[in-house]
Amino acid sequence: MPGRIPKRPPLPEEELLAPGHRACAGCGSALCLRLCMKALGPDTVVVMPTGCMEVTTTPYPETAWEVPWIHVAFENAAAVASGVEAALKALDKKDDVTVAVFAGDGGTVDIGFQALSGMLERGHDVVYVCYDNEAYMNTGVQRSGATPMFAVTTTTPAGRRWKGEFRPKKDAPRIAAAHDIPYVATACVSHPQDLVKKVQKAKEIEGPAYVHVLCPCPPGWGYDSSETVEIGELAVDTGMWMLYEIEEGEFRLTYKPRERKPVEEYLKRQKRFSHLTEEEIQRIQRMVDERWEELEKEGSTTD
Amino acid sequence: MKYTVGAVIKEPGSTRRNKTGSWRIFRPVLDHEACVHCGRCYMYCPDGCISLDPEKGYVIDYDYCKGCGICAKVCPVDAIEMVLEED
Repeated sequence: MPGRIPKRPPLPEEELLAPGHRACAGCGSALCLRLCMKALGPDTVVVMPTGCMEVTTTPYPETAWEVPWIHVAFENAAAVASGVEAALKALDKKDDVTVAVFAGDGGTVDIGFQALSGMLERGHDVVYVCYDNEAYMNTGVQRSGATPMFAVTTTTPAGRRWKGEFRPKKDAPRIAAAHDIPYVATACVSHPQDLVKKVQKAKEIEGPAYVHVLCPCPPGWGYDSSETVEIGELAVDTGMWMLYEIEEGEFRLTYKPRERKPVEEYLKRQKRFSHLTEEEIQRIQRMVDERWEELEKEGSTTD
Repeated sequence: MKYTVGAVIKEPGSTRRNKTGSWRIFRPVLDHEACVHCGRCYMYCPDGCISLDPEKGYVIDYDYCKGCGICAKVCPVDAIEMVLEED
């Protein structure tokens, strides 16, 4: 056997999201929640709005959660988390407990947006994690504000007139940062150690923290369940998804691809982009290039 | 089944009653001789069904493994093979 068996695996061993949940095989969002819980630990209260992960982790009368967990309506997870946080403060218990929200992109950038904005504005000490699979996957792939340009969903089909989604992806982390909160970060499940580090930081920092995690979705994006990590890596390596954090207003890239791969390598692996012609691919490439140029102008640094 | 007021679920982690291993079409088989114990399969399993055994190294819980195949893909030394379930 090459090498001795280590004492501990690379991340905390305790599984606070129990197996047996009904997420699809290869689900990026389930992986995201499992990793986030490893970062947050057992003294956490979780609030979740409606979404893929709410439905699949709590098929009544069962739950996959090993921590106190509350489900509320699609639009008010952040408001309920604010209330939980305020109650814990009133009971003088907030120092020992973390309040976290796990919401999908629909529950964050569309339906739950005003509650989130209010929570950030009021400065509640809550870790808000958006697991972004870029559409309403739970109900069968309808577009959300987080669906990227030209992606096919059931409500943005591709045909003679339409080329899939015709609006660019809403930049939710930057909108969260515009609230001048202490911590904003983006992550991807393909980079688990980076994700765990960011969620731990979000937990430690006092005040609201927003972490936006890209979670590839095998059925919604159209790729084999075994490729979730590869697709995530390609999203990062092509520059389609940037890994950064904004701490006290300071922007910092946490990972910079040595040489950005052409976006085509990411797009051609997914059915939702299979209708694209060279023209659309080049448009996406230009959008990505412009975004990176903008970033370089900001004079951001990496470590 | 007993329904509760406010749909309260009193038993944490009770989805363990539901053995999702029955979903599997391909079974990941880990070659312990080839394993370098990097823990990538453990980190990337969306169902948390790979754990570290102090004697055997990484082990897969077939009660819950859905057979997605991520572990086989992320293994840097190809120590995990996906084998078709026969029964």
